[in-house]
Amino acid sequence: MELLVASAVGVLTAAGIYLVLRLRTFPVIIGTSLLTYAVNIFLFASGRLAVNQAPILRDGVETYTDPLPQALVLTAIVISFGMTAVVVMIALGAYLSADDDHVNLREEGQPEPARLDEPDAPRPGDGATREALQ
Amino acid sequence: MSLFLIVALPFLGALLPGLMIEAGRRACGLTALFVSLAAFVGLMVHVPAVMSGEVITAQINWLPEFGLNLNLFLDGLGLFFAMLILGIGMLVIVYARYYLSRDDNMGEFYTYLLLFQGAMVGIVLCDNILLLLIFWEMTSLSSFLLIGFWKHLAEGRQGAKMALTVTGMGGLAMVGGMLMLGQIAGSYDIQVILQNREAIQSSELYLPALLLILLGCFTKSAQFPFHFWLPHAMAAPTPVSAYLHSATMVKAGIFLMARLWPVLSGTDAWFMIVTSAGLITMVLGALIAIFKNDLKALLAFSTVSHLGLITMLLGVGTPYAAMAAVFHILNHATFKAALFMTAGIIDHETHTRHIPALGGLRKLMPVTFTIATLAALSMAGIPLLNGFLSKEMMLETAAHLTLFDSHLLVPVAATVGALFSAAYSFRYISHVFLGPVRDEYPAHPHDPPRGLWGPPALLVVLVVVIGLAPFLAEPLVVQVTAAVLGSAGEVPEVHLAIWHGVTPALKMSGIAVVGGILLLLAYAPLSKIWEALPRPEAKAIFDAIIGGCVALSGRVTRGLHNGSFTMYAAIFALTVSALGAHAWFTGQTSAATRVQLPLEPLPLAGWTLLVLATGFLCFMHRDRLLALVLMGVVGVIVSLGFNYLSAPDLALTQLSVEVVTIILLLLALNFLPKRTPAESSSGGRLRDGLIGVVAGLCTSGLAYAIMSRNFAFESISDYHLENSYKGGGGTNVVNVTLVDFRGFDTFGEIIVLGIAALIIYALTEALLGGPVRARLLNRRPDRPRAGDAHPLMMVVATRVMLPVVLMVGVYIFLRGHNEPGGGFIAGLIVAIAVVVQYMASGFAWADARIRYPYHGIIGAGVLVAGLTGIGAWFFGKPFLTSAFGYFRIPPMEEFELATAMGFDVGVFLAVVGAVMLSLESYARLARRSNEIVSDHAMDIDPSRDDAPTEEQEG
Repeated sequence: MELLVASAVGVLTAAGIYLVLRLRTFPVIIGTSLLTYAVNIFLFASGRLAVNQAPILRDGVETYTDPLPQALVLTAIVISFGMTAVVVMIALGAYLSADDDHVNLREEGQPEPARLDEPDAPRPGDGATREALQ
Repeated sequence: MSLFLIVALPFLGALLPGLMIEAGRRACGLTALFVSLAAFVGLMVHVPAVMSGEVITAQINWLPEFGLNLNLFLDGLGLFFAMLILGIGMLVIVYARYYLSRDDNMGEFYTYLLLFQGAMVGIVLCDNILLLLIFWEMTSLSSFLLIGFWKHLAEGRQGAKMALTVTGMGGLAMVGGMLMLGQIAGSYDIQVILQNREAIQSSELYLPALLLILLGCFTKSAQFPFHFWLPHAMAAPTPVSAYLHSATMVKAGIFLMARLWPVLSGTDAWFMIVTSAGLITMVLGALIAIFKNDLKALLAFSTVSHLGLITMLLGVGTPYAAMAAVFHILNHATFKAALFMTAGIIDHETHTRHIPALGGLRKLMPVTFTIATLAALSMAGIPLLNGFLSKEMMLETAAHLTLFDSHLLVPVAATVGALFSAAYSFRYISHVFLGPVRDEYPAHPHDPPRGLWGPPALLVVLVVVIGLAPFLAEPLVVQVTAAVLGSAGEVPEVHLAIWHGVTPALKMSGIAVVGGILLLLAYAPLSKIWEALPRPEAKAIFDAIIGGCVALSGRVTRGLHNGSFTMYAAIFALTVSALGAHAWFTGQTSAATRVQLPLEPLPLAGWTLLVLATGFLCFMHRDRLLALVLMGVVGVIVSLGFNYLSAPDLALTQLSVEVVTIILLLLALNFLPKRTPAESSSGGRLRDGLIGVVAGLCTSGLAYAIMSRNFAFESISDYHLENSYKGGGGTNVVNVTLVDFRGFDTFGEIIVLGIAALIIYALTEALLGGPVRARLLNRRPDRPRAGDAHPLMMVVATRVMLPVVLMVGVYIFLRGHNEPGGGFIAGLIVAIAVVVQYMASGFAWADARIRYPYHGIIGAGVLVAGLTGIGAWFFGKPFLTSAFGYFRIPPMEEFELATAMGFDVGVFLAVVGAVMLSLESYARLARRSNEIVSDHAMDIDPSRDDAPTEEQEG
């Protein structure tokens, strides 16, 4: 059982980091969400695993699982929503103002990034905005 | 007066001048004066006790775990310096009142000055070296503000920067030295450290600690080779130069050397470093001073030279030399502050400080001439003035000193230093005041108002009184010397007197004075030679070094911080993995003895699903919608896992957060491209995959290692389990922990959540207020819209469901204290119920029915939680102490009420508000983007011509 949880943390971390290393904002955000799962499970697991020992006090029950990591992870889950929401808004704002959702600054002399497959109406003055951002 | 109050008064008083300037310059100056006066009087109350040898202490434990305590103590040395700081401080405040022009912001000036005064008093009274470091840095900062007070002057800004760089660097070095010193002595309290001379001097950390501390002292007290900042600090207004850069701040380094003298001095290293640095500084500073044409630069270098003299005396390590050092600190403070003030007067009256442009002021400014002459003669070491007495003691010490196996080196160097000192003192008198009256001064000089010449005159009275009757100063000097020596030596049986007979020191003094006069007579040719000599320009060297550092750090920063987020992330992941691996392989762990849970088929199935979903996610992530679906799968399995592993609260939270996160990402995806183009090469993908695998292996290895071992230390969880019901009145330990044991954390977290939501709101506003708005309005959807934006079935279902879901929310909330649930989860559930209304019936419809703005709900939540916490104060308990009791209202069952419930209401409201405000902000973006707004629910096509005009829904 411990092996399952540990390997799940590893798989989520690996996938999270792989996605964080992509070049566009959306996969990076998905990647950070996966990392959030991994971190939360990791923190939770630091209280060690237990089955059917929920920390709800009952008469006659003596052993409970560790409640402390649960309390910490609970707030972490809610806060991570707030974090995701802010990051997504920043990414969205950057994309809407610059028409570019790359996470990296373009190096000088490098060609224009591949256009996105957006059948959108043409956007006025986007070249200028992008230059202003860099 | 309590020592705390003496230190605190200037700090508290620093708030006043900025306010009092509204009442006029006189009121402002008087306020600052009275603040200093109050502290001074408070200090003087302790004089009788301290002079009889008592040590007054005051203690508050601040952070005893770190050895950082607010301990103050007042002995002879502290009293002496505090008197100088507050006494000269008052004179400078009076002087500055008349010196500053109407264009200067006097309130700002006095505020900085009092801040400096407080920090300085803090240094000399504190009994804890960590506290001392804090005050030390505060003097550097306030000195920076004062040097750069005239912000429009480039020299002022540059001088301030240089002073801060040099003294700040020394301060950093001193932090290291002080920590080592505390480490050796086992305490950071000065009085304890002073008892540990043997332990400190025999420790192998002694030399590094000494070097680092001396670096701090030498930079602060402008000792060679760090002397160059002081002349550049002369760009400050003259009151600042008189106060900080002659009488007090530059003596902080000297003070510290004197303070730690009992434990640091007496070794070869101390003697060699301190004495030779002092000697070089003394001679070099005096030599440069002779040829300076700027009045203040001349005085600045003479200060450097005199500080060198005191340093040298402290370096010698004999009680007699220490006594001479103490006496010279007093004498130098009096005559040099007076001289700076007269320089300020001359600048003020003639509008120039350039010596060749001056001369003949004797007749025009007789009062200033008298004051300056007496002070300068004292500086030159002329008998019957106080400078003579301590200079004699210095020469006496030097006459018997052997350095680098030479009997002649120190006596000759000391005589030469005294000779130069006499020369520049005479030059100050003759080139400024003597000679014919000129008619081309930039202004018409005459004696200034009393407020300007009064303070230096008072100081010169001291110069003469101590010079004529040194026995008056003797008790103080003896007491201070005793405090410096501590247990390391006996106060010498020497009497301060004018006449000691024809000693070697008197002969050296005579040579110095005569030589000084001769040098001045030959000034014109000598200065030509001096000008022709190549000299290293300290500022150029300093600027070159700083420029080099800036260029280097610029290159490093640009190299590392090149705008490639991907690279940062990769470096971060690999570094963390490497550090973790390093810690693992070099550290110690206990044996893996914990009994593991058996493998069951159900978790295995979940695990398989999770791995498959994650794997697919990696390969299929370009299809963004699919990626979201897969992410949702992962989230659900994680929640199920929490539930299986005895964490029902986490399962509920994860599940509801999952819902809102996916809705949020869908809202965002509405504007983003629906596919991620393939850009990275297969090699790049392989590399990224490898980095991911390495990090994954590290984390899973660590997680497995933790889970297969028992706790290394006793866990605090048992306390929570035991006291949850007894102390918190709830059986759901997780919830009780959140709202009671760690309520303060939770309070912070709901505030963070609220701030995050407000940031999103603010970003949306900024976007909608800018060019993006037009773009959104012109935007056409990239995919065909569903013909039925608000399906009838869904609208009806969600409206029927709303009260039911709200009921569930209330239920989850109420049972939270005892069963899985609580404010966080209930908040998320209610938020989902409301969001569903937006989705089903449209933004406009739902928005029109919202009575309370979401910002208000967040604020109300934080307020309710905070007020619940404050409620505990009325019962004399700390913030957020909870109480509970059992009540019975017939005919209901007995039920429990806890104040934690009120706190949980706050959490609930904050969560609802934050989630709704975030999602609503995203939806508002969509509204602007040419979205067809349905004002009428259950409307298939709102753009049709015969749309109903009346509101049909209630």
